[in-house]
Amino acid sequence: MNYLENRKYVIQAIFLVVGIVYALRLFYIQVIDSSYKQAAETNAIKTIIQYPFRGLIYDRNGELLVQNTPVYDLMIVPKEARNIDTLRLANMLDITLEDARERFKKARTYSWVKPSIFQQMLSTADFAHIQDNLIDFPGFYINARTARGYPHQSLGHALGYIAEISPKQLEDSTYKGYRPGDYIGKAGIEMAYEKYLMGQRGVKYKMVNVRGIDKGSFKDGAYDTLSIAGQNMVSTIDLDLQAYGEYLMNGAKGSIVAIEPKTGEILAYVSAPFYDPNLFTGKDYGKNYMQLLQDPDKTMFNRPIMADRNPPGSIFKLTQALIALEDGVINPNTTYACNKSLVNCHPHPSPLDLRGAVQHSCNPWFFQAYKALINQGKSKNTFTDTSLGLKDWREHVLTFGFGKKLGIDIPGEKSGIIASTDLYDRVYGKNRWKYSTIYSLSIGQGELGVTPLQMANFMAIVANKGYYVTPHLIRSIGEDGKPLAENYERHYTSVKPHHFDPIIEGMAEVVRAGTGRKASLDKIGITVCGKTGTAQNPQGPDHAVFVAFAPKEDPKIAIAVYVEHGKWGGQSAAPIAGLMIEKYMTDSISALKVQEKWVLSREYLNIKSK
Amino acid sequence: MPTGGQGLLKERVVQPSSRRQSTTVFGNLDWFTVLIYFVLVCLGWMNIYAVVYSPDNVVNIFSFDINSGKQLVWIGTGVILMIVLIVVDYKVYEHLAYPIYGGIILLLLFTLAVANPVAGSRSWLDLGGGVRLQPAELAKFATALAISKFLSQVSLRQQKMKDQMILAAITFLPAVIIILQNETGSALVFGAFILAFFREGMSPLILIIGGSAAAIFILTLLVPKLYLLIGVAALMGLAMFLDYRLMRRFKTMIALFVLVVGMVFSVDYFVNDILQPHQQNRIKALINPEADPLGYGWNVTQSKIAIGSGGFWGKGFLEGTQTKFDFVPEQSTDFIFCTIGEEHGWVGSTILIGLFMLLMMRIVYIAERQKSVFGRTYGYCVVSVIFFHFVINVGMTIGLAPVVGIPLPFFSYGGSSLWSFTILLFILLAIDANRNRELVRQ
Repeated sequence: MNYLENRKYVIQAIFLVVGIVYALRLFYIQVIDSSYKQAAETNAIKTIIQYPFRGLIYDRNGELLVQNTPVYDLMIVPKEARNIDTLRLANMLDITLEDARERFKKARTYSWVKPSIFQQMLSTADFAHIQDNLIDFPGFYINARTARGYPHQSLGHALGYIAEISPKQLEDSTYKGYRPGDYIGKAGIEMAYEKYLMGQRGVKYKMVNVRGIDKGSFKDGAYDTLSIAGQNMVSTIDLDLQAYGEYLMNGAKGSIVAIEPKTGEILAYVSAPFYDPNLFTGKDYGKNYMQLLQDPDKTMFNRPIMADRNPPGSIFKLTQALIALEDGVINPNTTYACNKSLVNCHPHPSPLDLRGAVQHSCNPWFFQAYKALINQGKSKNTFTDTSLGLKDWREHVLTFGFGKKLGIDIPGEKSGIIASTDLYDRVYGKNRWKYSTIYSLSIGQGELGVTPLQMANFMAIVANKGYYVTPHLIRSIGEDGKPLAENYERHYTSVKPHHFDPIIEGMAEVVRAGTGRKASLDKIGITVCGKTGTAQNPQGPDHAVFVAFAPKEDPKIAIAVYVEHGKWGGQSAAPIAGLMIEKYMTDSISALKVQEKWVLSREYLNIKSK
Repeated sequence: MPTGGQGLLKERVVQPSSRRQSTTVFGNLDWFTVLIYFVLVCLGWMNIYAVVYSPDNVVNIFSFDINSGKQLVWIGTGVILMIVLIVVDYKVYEHLAYPIYGGIILLLLFTLAVANPVAGSRSWLDLGGGVRLQPAELAKFATALAISKFLSQVSLRQQKMKDQMILAAITFLPAVIIILQNETGSALVFGAFILAFFREGMSPLILIIGGSAAAIFILTLLVPKLYLLIGVAALMGLAMFLDYRLMRRFKTMIALFVLVVGMVFSVDYFVNDILQPHQQNRIKALINPEADPLGYGWNVTQSKIAIGSGGFWGKGFLEGTQTKFDFVPEQSTDFIFCTIGEEHGWVGSTILIGLFMLLMMRIVYIAERQKSVFGRTYGYCVVSVIFFHFVINVGMTIGLAPVVGIPLPFFSYGGSSLWSFTILLFILLAIDANRNRELVRQ
């Protein structure tokens, strides 16, 4: 019966077929299909991002403005978090029970096995407290990283802050190197200089077992890269002056911008009300942020570069005079009478030459000078003539940095408004407006909007007799500390230097014997040149403006002070500017001790308007 | 009862051969099989070490604190065991086949009665001193002996209903007890004896029907029912077209098709309503392990990742990351093949498959050269069990077979398993070494 023995071939064939099928299947999953190799890598090789130290920021004198401080995130791995006393946990973290449950849910939704943040940014003190209790909470661990820290309470608006990158930014290809959970500059210097400050992330490959427990470095660290710390930066800010400015403005609203005229370096940048930048680093960051965002005083409003809706008031008379001189429609000796039928004025000697007009801020004088500038008789038609004159004037004004963004090195700057023929044509119709329509421009009212930064920059122009360097907050980046060339380019105005002399003389008189007397530093031998202004405010008391530079002979500081509802520049803004100048020039306050008391009393806010 | 191809074998037997005529048992031992046995055992031992090896805590391979050290004890005692099995009078196995079988059945029942459940299974007998025995493992060789003994007395080809029923009872009695012990995986092994029955004259129809039923079972879970039925109908039509005899049995074919339809629909019911959840999961994991990678598909997914990451040459001995870091559960026992796949790549896996092929072919060769039906049947029983373990164990790691918790013969960690296969194989070698003393060819 051979046929039964032949069945051994059937059986052997079955063995062989299975063996061949298995070998082929193995060939497929081991050699052809590469997805298993990737899966193995994600399985066993954990990529650990090494966050670089963010660059530090120093002030111009080497004082630390921004540093890194250790913070601790409480992490949770839901899979391992068993038998947790939620109430105790909530008490420990000082959160409500519902909040704790909500966070558990959020962590579980994110991933059952991967760690996620349960409580962000615990301080060192919180950490010490929690660490002792952590043993009772399996699945929880502490992840240390660094956050921004500030050894002072100043300069919040200029420094900006960092926060977790938003989902929207993550989708943007500009931020393609970032991952969810990364911190990124969200405002101010932190945002503008992000690419220098952030440094370079390092990557470490670690082998982990199925429970995520560290099993040593992968291939002895052959693929690891070290993180490179962000670059340190030196700011142009003088921290002492900054803090003093904030001290003076505490309780008021407004701005102080101080610039070193020759370099465009911003010495002080106060936006009042201000906030302590440390508020944005701790675990209550979100709460603090929302609170500031909603507060009626608009604390988060970055006034020096964003408050561009307010007319400059009388300080703009200087601009008008400079352009009129350049166009040759007036000269330093031109006199006009204080004709109050043209525009209202206050009592002072009359008639006046240019110097006197600046000193006394004579409204009719500038009405007439501006009329001479606008209506130069280039056309017989008074409408066309006005239009031509305004166009010519506007071109001059723009060279002063008004009506456009100056290009300060932080985001959010507004351009301001300078009246244009287009604007009037739109409002009144072409050839339907003439000088009598626009005369208020002559005294800095009407269709003008200037930011405090532009005002301070204007003072730098006057101090430099005709040019400005784009105001900026960062002087140098990196170890070599070389100034950034792009920040030191000079921009010339259309007005020739010698035309500035009579204006400067007039401004010196303003402080010596005019409306700006409260800023006078004659006692310590420093000549301050200044100009007061009042910006009309239909919603309430007028805003006070004072711009100045000093010393007259060799200007070291140009400053603009803007006090909301401060009524008259001479009463509120001028003493603040004077104090700032004295502080900067002498590092102490002696000449203006009385004024300091006056400013801090805030009584200027209670003076009755006329 | 003349069975087997006498002509071919007679010539070989007559041929003078110094080895075959050796007077000692050890001289007649099939040393080739012994060599493969030791190669597999040693490779298994090294891979067990690779599983527990940890680069930041290197423990010596011989240390008794780790599995490889313990396995060495099982290997050593296994050697003693095999010597005993060879030295014992070979006639014992045939004469005492039924008593041994009966004893093991009693042991299984005893275990079922007294065992403390370990992970839901009541199959372990605690012998004290931390030593545990799984009688289900011993049931394999006992049943193989009983089947061989029975078949040496009756002929399956005579198709006596009574004999067939007795044979089925011998085969499935231990399986039923083992199922009651909740070790379904081990129980399935007894189905493998069908290969031995086939060799001894069972109708090939049973093999074909069994194979078809298994194929339809698996295909039902993989392919939409309608497509499957259309495919079956098309195949049947093709068969009838090719063979006119089937054409005449048209009614039978229709009935068969109705049977298939019934089976397809009942499989659905069976899987979802009758099987226990863990058994359902094993079957579902086979079909689509990605559906729930952290749940029932975890073993299969991780196992495939481990093997797949090995590539052509593998990562090298002790270099595997998946197997070493516990991503694959049951790493040193049921999923030991992953270690080969990951560390030794396709080359290593294929060599291992080749070794098993070689072993199984050799056992078939050994079985065929037996003079007694008892010896031959026993040889086929041995190869059937090894084959079944190989198919399922390797198949489940590469996603071609459902996850059934049975070890890879000679390779996986564990004393019961190693001893069981050692006993199974060396009884055959003992019988084989004495085959020339069998004077009568039955």
